[in-house]
Amino acid sequence: MSTAISTAEEVHTHDHDHDHEHEHHELGFIRKYIFSEDHKTIAKQYLISGILWAFIGGSLSIIFRLQLGFPGMSMEWLRPLLGGWIDESGKLDKEFYLAMVTMHGTIMVFFVLTAGLSGTFSNFLIPLQVGARDMASGFINMLSYWFFFLSSVIMFSSLFIETGPASGGWVIYPPLSALPQAMPGSGLGMTLWLTSMTFFIVSSLMGGINYICTIINLRTRGMTFTRMPLTIWSFFFTAVLGLLSFPVLLSAALLLIFDRSFGTSFYLSEIYIQGQALPNVGGSAILYQHLFWFLGHPEVYIVLLPALGMTSEIIATNSRKPIFGYRAMIGSMMGITALAFIVWAHHMFVTGMNPFLGSVFMFLTLIIAVPSAVKAFNYITTLWKGNLVFTPAMLFSIGLVSLFISGGVTGIILGNSALDINLHDTYFVVAHFHLVMGAASFFGLMAGVYHWFPKMFGRMMNKTLGYVHFWFTFVGVYMVFFPMHYIGIAGFPRRYYTFTALGNDSMAAFTNMNSFISIAAIITFSAQAIFAWNFFYSIFKGKIAPANPWKSNTLEWTTPINPGHGNWIGEIPAVYRWPYDYSKPGAPDDFIPQNVPHSATPESNLPEENAEIAREKDIEGLLGAQNESYTH
Amino acid sequence: MNYLVGLLSIVFLILAISVIAKSFKLNRKLGGSENEDSTVDSFNNANGIGMLIFWLLFVILGSWSFLHSRPDFLPVAASEHGARTDKMFWSSMAVVTFAFFISNTLLFYFAFKYRFNKNRKATFYPVNHKLELIWTVIPAIVMAILVFTGWRTWRDITSQAPSNSAVIELTGHQFGWYVRYAGVDDGQLGNVNYKLIDETNSLGIDFTDKSSFDDFTATELHLPKGQPVLLKIRAQDVLHSVYLPFHRVKMDAVPGMPTKFWFIPTISTDEMRAKLGKPDFNFKVNCTEVCGRGHFGMSITVFVDEPEDYKKWVAEQKPFLATNPGFLDKVPANLKAKASKYIPSEPIATDSTEAVSVN
Repeated sequence: MSTAISTAEEVHTHDHDHDHEHEHHELGFIRKYIFSEDHKTIAKQYLISGILWAFIGGSLSIIFRLQLGFPGMSMEWLRPLLGGWIDESGKLDKEFYLAMVTMHGTIMVFFVLTAGLSGTFSNFLIPLQVGARDMASGFINMLSYWFFFLSSVIMFSSLFIETGPASGGWVIYPPLSALPQAMPGSGLGMTLWLTSMTFFIVSSLMGGINYICTIINLRTRGMTFTRMPLTIWSFFFTAVLGLLSFPVLLSAALLLIFDRSFGTSFYLSEIYIQGQALPNVGGSAILYQHLFWFLGHPEVYIVLLPALGMTSEIIATNSRKPIFGYRAMIGSMMGITALAFIVWAHHMFVTGMNPFLGSVFMFLTLIIAVPSAVKAFNYITTLWKGNLVFTPAMLFSIGLVSLFISGGVTGIILGNSALDINLHDTYFVVAHFHLVMGAASFFGLMAGVYHWFPKMFGRMMNKTLGYVHFWFTFVGVYMVFFPMHYIGIAGFPRRYYTFTALGNDSMAAFTNMNSFISIAAIITFSAQAIFAWNFFYSIFKGKIAPANPWKSNTLEWTTPINPGHGNWIGEIPAVYRWPYDYSKPGAPDDFIPQNVPHSATPESNLPEENAEIAREKDIEGLLGAQNESYTH
Repeated sequence: MNYLVGLLSIVFLILAISVIAKSFKLNRKLGGSENEDSTVDSFNNANGIGMLIFWLLFVILGSWSFLHSRPDFLPVAASEHGARTDKMFWSSMAVVTFAFFISNTLLFYFAFKYRFNKNRKATFYPVNHKLELIWTVIPAIVMAILVFTGWRTWRDITSQAPSNSAVIELTGHQFGWYVRYAGVDDGQLGNVNYKLIDETNSLGIDFTDKSSFDDFTATELHLPKGQPVLLKIRAQDVLHSVYLPFHRVKMDAVPGMPTKFWFIPTISTDEMRAKLGKPDFNFKVNCTEVCGRGHFGMSITVFVDEPEDYKKWVAEQKPFLATNPGFLDKVPANLKAKASKYIPSEPIATDSTEAVSVN
């Protein structure tokens, strides 16, 4: 550890000593690519881990979609892969079905959309867009990734144990998750799940603290809060959400570990199972749900806000127009962040919670629709009278807005406690959150990868393959999740192995629709191979990227095409304007980067901006202080 | 249906392929003339037009599939509050579908209309406070109305059950439901204690409570039509959730924390069979909280009877104590006389007289 710290200091000294940047910077392979403290390398590590996890999580969903779409199908052909999880009659094991549903949820929510999305882009973009040499603490940042890696290894290994991985749903409600005798997945699989999540939480906390510190302390001179790109605002709110809510999940998990292993009764009371009355009394299974959803609901915004932030940036850039309502965007994200903490119990309307509490949470939940609606309208108005360039990133961003709207509106139905009685735990909920949080965030992730790939790897991805990938994914996602609402309205519950015993009398009517959804899911999933090929091929063989391929205003495009450790050779640029001066009347180009002072653009300055010229000296005067901050 | 769904999928596929094919053709045609540095390539128009085509087809196929599946959507509501929430569901659905349609239409239309044109410059239009205010206030008002109607309905549904409710206990366990009725004499469920559970007394009925003497258990759920029913819900091992799809009833069963739900069934099983034209139709209780291997199969049959049939059925049921007279031993001495009334006469008569004499 001491060597790591000393190297960190060394690096910082070099950063200050810009001229020698490259000569003294040769780190060994291990320090450069594995235990790296460079935020860009860490971001790539997160991204590649996230992509691998996404393929694992996605293939699990394909297997259980086969079961749901074609309940009569023989799964014998999967035996080489799943072994004993295919029973003698060639059917999928019922407990393994639940295990796959659970692992699909856990992997997608935490490992793909939290680590893969927020971890990748917060790490990559925060220092580059606020104008910092690296994260506030490169060492903690490195630890954050390696805790995530440890957590990944543990979660991955749980897929291969004899009793199977955790199987009680991704929410792992006790007592099911607390009692190994209730299902085999609640044995070793659950222990591994809890251990893995504990490391995961540690990792997100270390990441989050870093993001917040970097945004507050390491902004370059002139980068005031109201000149920050919306991406940075969204990462900031995301980090705040994570920092305040993940510890609550940790406590929920710890109490569950105590109940499982040390005989406590936090969640257990009056249980008779497998012919045995357990001694535990006085616990509350509902307590766990409160603790879980206190993270669980903010978690939705933890995965969604970064996607929305990146979309704001991408839509503005490719509309060649300022984002509409910059301050309203910040305000609505702030509103969403605050409200995210006080809506959690809308997941619990029918748990037996006091109905009055249900009324309160219905009220708070429906309020959150207002800032969300403002965001959607602002995106649409940004497109209005733009000059739209449909890069793959732009396509995915527009797709995100559409999915955000389509999935968001049904939240208004589900947030209504009276309507939730019938819809709770049906496919209506599944369709809702897959659109609004799953697919929308996934589209944000894809948009981000296509947009910032040139900065990450110095090469371009193939655009045509990007378009094909987008259209397959966009059409496919709607084909999967739009009809799923119908199934939900008809009352089909989620996490059902098969619907033979269901009493809604609609099984026959929806058999074909279930098959249709499964086929659409397989097509959509297969189309991701196009992306994987494009991504990995372009890393090595893509066209060399120009310095600013999308003609964007933000600071990351002022770095060298392949920025080294420290990001900028020479001084970090100063910032004189907001990041959305696109198509400004009077300007010769249709974009004016943030580091261009107003004194250089007299032809396009708005009347109030001429006053900014006088302040440019003050901004320059901060250079000494800024350099000073990197020598300590 | 099979055929139509197949058709739907083919149409979507054709859409995807045609857009791609078109893009390729455009590319070939314009390939050489494009400036290498430009961020705009020859697919730009195709992608913009694709947005509009996508939305048009989405609307057409979405509406068609909606109308086509409509008859199968919500099963007929068979309870009073169910009819009310269904109505509210469709009116809320109309509001949100309107919002969904307008915003998506604008989104895709703008994407199409304002696709790149090198002769045009985007309009610098960063802010309009009036617009922001309008689209903050309008959703807020709509939400307020939805909250208010939702809250009133929710308040009524979760209000205190009427005192004349038929009290029925449903206990979830891996993997099934136990049903216990309050009995005809006192209309009250006796206590249960999970430590008293054994092979016969699978509910752990506590016979030191005199309310439990007339309680009877059943393997199916009978409900009186047109009368309030109060379900008292328990779980023995893990979480379960009582779900009656036709009655719009859903409430979790939590170990250690009894929950409840009351409602009024409005359609009898016979009426529903006639309505659906399915003579072997039955209502069911299902489980909607994942509880393990047998979760999906955790169902029992529900009969909604005409009130007089229900009364008759209840009268025919024998109290648990009557079918299992051995449990008389568990009754404390001072209550034995009261309990023994429920014990059928002959074979165990000696027991009960003894009990009385002891008393």
